[in-house]
Amino acid sequence: MSGEQRLGEAFAASGKHAALMPYVMAGFPTPADSLAIGRACVQAGADVLELGVPYSDPLADGPVIHAAGTRALAAGASMASVLEVGRALAPSVPVVLMCYANMVFAPGAEEFLERLARSGACGLIVPDLPLEEAGALRRACDARGLALVPLVAPTTPPERLAAIGAGARGFLYTVSVVGTTGERATLQESLAAVIARAKAATDVPVAVGFGISTPQQARAAADAGADGVIVGTRLVRAAGEQPDAVAELVGELATALA
Amino acid sequence: MSDGDASPAVERRFGPYGGQFVPETLMPALAELEQAWAQARADEGFARELSGLLRDFGGRPTPLYCARRLSERTGRTVYLKREDLNHTGSHKLNNALGQALLARRMGKRRIIAETGAGQHGVATATVCALLGIECVVYMGVADMHRQRPNVQRMELLGATVRPVEVGSTTLKEATSEAIRDWVSNVESTHYVIGSVVGPAPYPALVRDLQRVIGDEARAQMLEREGRLPTRVVACVGGGSNAIGTFAAFIADEQVELVGVEAGGEGIDTSRHGAPLTVGGRPGILHGSRSAVMQDEEGQILQAHSISAGLDYPGAGPEHAFLRDSGRARYEAVTDDQALAAFGQLARLEGIIPALETAHALAWVLAQPDGELDLVCLSGRGDKDLATVLGEA
Repeated sequence: MSGEQRLGEAFAASGKHAALMPYVMAGFPTPADSLAIGRACVQAGADVLELGVPYSDPLADGPVIHAAGTRALAAGASMASVLEVGRALAPSVPVVLMCYANMVFAPGAEEFLERLARSGACGLIVPDLPLEEAGALRRACDARGLALVPLVAPTTPPERLAAIGAGARGFLYTVSVVGTTGERATLQESLAAVIARAKAATDVPVAVGFGISTPQQARAAADAGADGVIVGTRLVRAAGEQPDAVAELVGELATALA
Repeated sequence: MSDGDASPAVERRFGPYGGQFVPETLMPALAELEQAWAQARADEGFARELSGLLRDFGGRPTPLYCARRLSERTGRTVYLKREDLNHTGSHKLNNALGQALLARRMGKRRIIAETGAGQHGVATATVCALLGIECVVYMGVADMHRQRPNVQRMELLGATVRPVEVGSTTLKEATSEAIRDWVSNVESTHYVIGSVVGPAPYPALVRDLQRVIGDEARAQMLEREGRLPTRVVACVGGGSNAIGTFAAFIADEQVELVGVEAGGEGIDTSRHGAPLTVGGRPGILHGSRSAVMQDEEGQILQAHSISAGLDYPGAGPEHAFLRDSGRARYEAVTDDQALAAFGQLARLEGIIPALETAHALAWVLAQPDGELDLVCLSGRGDKDLATVLGEA
């Protein structure tokens, strides 16, 4: 079964109103901790795991994930250690790597994808690789059965949304806010419209992320039609403050989505 | 106003370099900016307003000065293009003024900018005061410390200076924070990037606005000497004064083009800001592919230079293209060499250059040969006194 197929099954078989997709930063606060956090997420009900790669210059991320990445790098995180965490988690959950473009191209895209496929990951999200730059990488991912997951934003105009949706693999990562990753007190009123627009533009599941942190917000996104809900910053903050709390938070999210 | 479809395309790529490696949220804004610039640069009314302000507010054309004692010292004729005599003291005003007029034309109510040495921040704060637009400038705390007078100037001009405290706390991080602000406020805000870096269309947009340096200098040189310079030299951080000067000479194949990067403590150490000189695998930084200081895995490295404006691990994509094609060459000058040139120019010519510019001057002073040099004197050095005198 290809990574893309495995992702499709995970959405279909979640048994929830929307698949629960926690984001875990590999190597934060340490590689061992991030692996334990990933395992706890799976036990608490994660359907898909987004595994973040610490990066020096994460332009799409807010201060919490940026600081976590800086700390992980200072603690010695490397691509090898990130992929080790992914490899250990992959048998129990579909893993999608979130990695900035320069790290994908640094060793050469082919070499990068070869290592990613060997780790058992299902897909790849590159938050600074828009449609215009993604063609060759998508073909290389397709050749390996890896899903290259694109992002759409509230600012994406209709024709562009259609083009991105048509080329989406695995799921369509729908950014819920105009901004970087981070917690928000309230979801945008337009969330339902954003989700409806995304769903109309693609055949793959629509997962919503950026700004979703509470069980209420996760449920609201599911009720608005999202096929998956991505929660990142809230969990990364917990991982930095009190790693044991991550499983509890994921459990609450799973309950809200049940 | 001309039809945008009839305008020549704004380049997105320079050979394998450039491109648009940014979050999806910004892509529509980049498309809007590209279209707005294609139309504005073909619009005579826009050109008239910009050139009028560059003249009456900015003080253009800047003089081309034959540096007699510097020429005697080097044994050849050296001309200085006096961008330091621009209002606000550097070439940065050329770009900031053009982009602010463009932002107003696009209906943006708020302008953000990054700054290293503070020259771009001051220029942006100045034009925002001129046009009555809200202005926020991101600046690393290390640079706020070493360029204190420019922080005070920006605040006096009504801008908000936001300290950036992450990472190296210099230009790279200030640029990242400005981009994050833009991602969050893209509908109301225009990002006035200060150099020929960033996602397309910025490298082409900033070059177009800075090429007034080269166009003027070329005409002035022909008038004064009756011939073109044999060599054109400029410092390169992101590379806007260099591209602006080079642009007018690229078609003149006999004219040698030299970009001078920050050698810091030496390019054989890790403490420099010379990605074009050092070479190696290209990388992606701040939205474009170009020469980048990075490690094996693609983590961006911290640059080092005594000059805040050159303390940057990347360089404009067009420079990488000019290097590869052989049209321009890039060399590095160390902190110590730049400091020496800073003092030499002050005593030889009565001109205190910016530490950035001092790199280009140091390179020229070190050349044993040459005939007719044109050096872009990109900025004045008052802001650097604390650094040079050891007080920062």
